[in-house]
Amino acid sequence: MSTMESAHVPLEPPVPSSITKTPAATVTSRHSVLVRITHWIITLSFFALVVSGAEIVISHPRFYWGETGNVLTTPLFKIPIPSSRNLVPTGYGYVLPDQNGWSRALHFQTAWVAVLTGLLYVVAGFVSGHFRKDLLPGKSDVSWRGFASVIAHHLRLEKPSDGDTWSYNVLQRIAYLFVIFILFPLVIWTGLAMSPAFDSAVPATVTLLGGRQSARTIHFLVSVALLLFLIVHVIMVWREGFRSRMLAMITGRTTSTKERT
Amino acid sequence: MTDLSRRKLIAGGLAATAGATALGVAAHLAHKYGLVAPDHGGIYGPGEALTYASLRLLTRHSLAREFSRSQISERPLANEVAPFSEEFKRHQAGKFVDWRLTVDGMVDHPASFSVDQLKSYPSRSQITETVCEEGWSYIAEWNGVPLSHILNLVGAHPQAKYVFYFSIEPDWWESMDMADAVHPQTFITYGMNGDDLPVGYGGPLRLKLPRQLGYKSVKFINRMIVTDDVKKFGKGLGSVSPETGYAWYAGI
Repeated sequence: MSTMESAHVPLEPPVPSSITKTPAATVTSRHSVLVRITHWIITLSFFALVVSGAEIVISHPRFYWGETGNVLTTPLFKIPIPSSRNLVPTGYGYVLPDQNGWSRALHFQTAWVAVLTGLLYVVAGFVSGHFRKDLLPGKSDVSWRGFASVIAHHLRLEKPSDGDTWSYNVLQRIAYLFVIFILFPLVIWTGLAMSPAFDSAVPATVTLLGGRQSARTIHFLVSVALLLFLIVHVIMVWREGFRSRMLAMITGRTTSTKERT
Repeated sequence: MTDLSRRKLIAGGLAATAGATALGVAAHLAHKYGLVAPDHGGIYGPGEALTYASLRLLTRHSLAREFSRSQISERPLANEVAPFSEEFKRHQAGKFVDWRLTVDGMVDHPASFSVDQLKSYPSRSQITETVCEEGWSYIAEWNGVPLSHILNLVGAHPQAKYVFYFSIEPDWWESMDMADAVHPQTFITYGMNGDDLPVGYGGPLRLKLPRQLGYKSVKFINRMIVTDDVKKFGKGLGSVSPETGYAWYAGI
């Protein structure tokens, strides 16, 4: 547990007096070691899940609502791509090679890694107070004024304020909480709902969603939402200073002109 | 080395030892309770092992969801199969009267069953969803005889661990563990939605394993072997599926 507590205090050893006079930026601890490790494991897992998931979708790029659906029934929507199955009417004159074998194996193995890592992160986040201290928006921030000021700041494409270097603004906090506590649980739930064995043990997993085709469609849409989040996340990291933010998530340290208070 | 890092090193070493011991104990227990899939090797072995062990434990007493008659799909889908062999065409021309399902291996009384003989045993039906690994599905009523009834008739040995089942068509065979073999919804089906099982859906005989994906429900079955050794079949991975990259256990 010591590593998690250390997230909130500077990690530096006592600075020799000869260096203290240099007016360089203060180096402070930004992310705990557990946050950094789980962040990168989840990042790698997410890439593997997206690639393998896309391969699986190619074998049937049609989505339905309710319990059942197949090429003879009306889809809710289709993705206009070629398919790896002869059976699917795509309008393309060719069939892609079947990649479902390794894709499924990679998808499920990675799901284990991602879910176990995510569980560790969530449990540690509650125990260490990471969610309460770093992600739960402050009372004063949750107001029209608080939102308006952050949104206006973004719309004017202003440089991030110095405070953003060592803390999250209210929009960030809500986005992260939404991803952690809504999107990830939903993608895990709908994924499990597609397992005929899991459904046999816990039928509510699929019946609460209105059927297995609904579960599959929600699984796809939530994955798209997660991918959109990732794109925005990377753009924001880029705007804040790619090098310093990447270093912060790798080494845990960030340079800031302002002392953390 | 500071005190802190030494303490961390010792703690890390202890944790690693404890972890390795726990893994060893877990592997031993998993083997003892039949929680190790035949295709647990390779880079995807850990995921396959975790999935099979946890779902096998979770589904110990579970039944596949059953539906009402009104939910039977108006437009089910018979998936594509390779062009029929001459042997199959001959049986089809003869309306399958000479079709035999042979059951042998670790049994007291090896036997061959005609379709009519199977129909003479207590008939059961289930309205379940057929789920393809690609994502599509349909609901149908399946009529047949539970595999457990046949295993009792032939006197399967208690030390048997797997039942292998083969299509008359080449390179199409699977196996299931005994938990699935004696499961009340595991059928040898000869009927669908009240009629004879159409050829497109696997007629005259199809194995039905509704708690797993469709590819475990092999069509046109004519042979079953009760065994305790997966190594005797193909590459020893439990079925032809792992030989083409698909998991032996298809509960997910």
